[in-house]
Amino acid sequence: MENVVLRVENLNVKLNGEEILINLCFDVEEGEVLAILGPNGAGKTTLLKALLGILPFEGLVEWRKGIKIGYVPQRLPFIKDVPLSVKEFFHLKNASESETKEILESIGLEEEILRKKIGDLSSGQFQRILIGWALASDPHVILFDEPLAGIDLGGQESVYNLLERLKEEKNLTILFVSHELSIVYRLANKVLCLNKRMLCSGVPKEKLTSEAISNLYAGQVKFYQHKHKGEERL
Amino acid sequence: MSQFFLSLFSGIFIGGAAGFLGSLMLPKRMALVAGPLGHLALPGIALALIYGFDISLGAFPFVILGIILIWLFERKTKLPTEALTAVVFATGVAIAFFFLPIEQAEAALVGDISSIQLNDAIFSIILCIIIFFVVKKIYSKMTLINISEDLAKSQKINVEKYNLVYLLLIALIVALGVKVVGGLLTAAIVAIPAVTSRNLAKTIAQYKFLALSFGILSSAFGIFLSQLTSLPAGSLIIVSSAFLFLISIILKR
Repeated sequence: MENVVLRVENLNVKLNGEEILINLCFDVEEGEVLAILGPNGAGKTTLLKALLGILPFEGLVEWRKGIKIGYVPQRLPFIKDVPLSVKEFFHLKNASESETKEILESIGLEEEILRKKIGDLSSGQFQRILIGWALASDPHVILFDEPLAGIDLGGQESVYNLLERLKEEKNLTILFVSHELSIVYRLANKVLCLNKRMLCSGVPKEKLTSEAISNLYAGQVKFYQHKHKGEERL
Repeated sequence: MSQFFLSLFSGIFIGGAAGFLGSLMLPKRMALVAGPLGHLALPGIALALIYGFDISLGAFPFVILGIILIWLFERKTKLPTEALTAVVFATGVAIAFFFLPIEQAEAALVGDISSIQLNDAIFSIILCIIIFFVVKKIYSKMTLINISEDLAKSQKINVEKYNLVYLLLIALIVALGVKVVGGLLTAAIVAIPAVTSRNLAKTIAQYKFLALSFGILSSAFGIFLSQLTSLPAGSLIIVSSAFLFLISIILKR
């Protein structure tokens, strides 16, 4: 298929002798929003890192030639140790001034924020800045680790909306990792259930039956599919 | 050129380069590593004092040896770096006292920039200029690595290569630093200007500039004061640096 941007075959990752990912096979098509869902320790972050090529792996990870990838990591605990302004943070990625301004507009932040210290931002603002940083240099694909982790509820809603809008406007292919079902239902058109192995894959509404979910979480957590908008966390 | 200016210029260059590099070491809690590495250099310093060659030349191989040993032990034992550093540096100090001539102990422990020779001074200043430009060149990439190695790797930055260059710079600055502040005080010469600057800076541009400036200022003050009081310059540099730090706390809102 010419629409495939990423092909993964027999992906295995071992860290310190322990098998973290076992025999993963999947494709991602252009414009798709793929959610990688699984409990803690399922290897979700490891999978993203293997896809980025920053961890050693066995098997095939094949990106379409010339594709540009943006990465939004889960946490940056050391960033507050550096007195870094937002403007300087974008400079670290060689983003020009005009590009930075354009990005700020698309992530819904005012230009004044450029002068602020990264350490003084709210968690929601910081997450937007990280998304904006990943958007610099116009990536085709964004890999996103736990988009809503550690953000207060108001901030979560705005990050949701931002991701929905970016998906529409920029025709981005998005791969994100989460353990929250609400965001999977809202954003993803494909889900991959992961607990070291791939336990299901397909359209979220079809594949995420309560049986599949209890199987995925191996009885750790009881889950009920909420019909209304909720903030269920697993 | 008079001996005073020779030591003043060497001190200013070494202090500035140490402050500048120190600003890169602070975020990852690396600044204190310069301390143990300076202690480790003591056997080399002792040899240099006995056989009358440049202190930095004596110190450098020992610092490199120390870095390699710590790295090897870390891989073998998986113990925390600080713990291994303690083992290695204490051994260095212990060995140094087997043969360190006691009348030269002060020069070894707190430095003696006031007697620097012309050749050594020129050599040190050239090295400092090289260190300055290399640090300047790697600064933004190293900052990204300090923030997150994963993020840096996702930008296709060769993290191992940058870390290696960075460690070599640390070894060089420690070897130069022992000339000014001795084996005991090298942590201070890289750490204090950086923390002072950290207190005041709002952006990384200010942070770099202030760390460099405080490094230069404290060296200049220390060497001037040493000329006036004939107390050891190394100690006076560190005390001046600590004084600037106190002022920065008052100025910090």
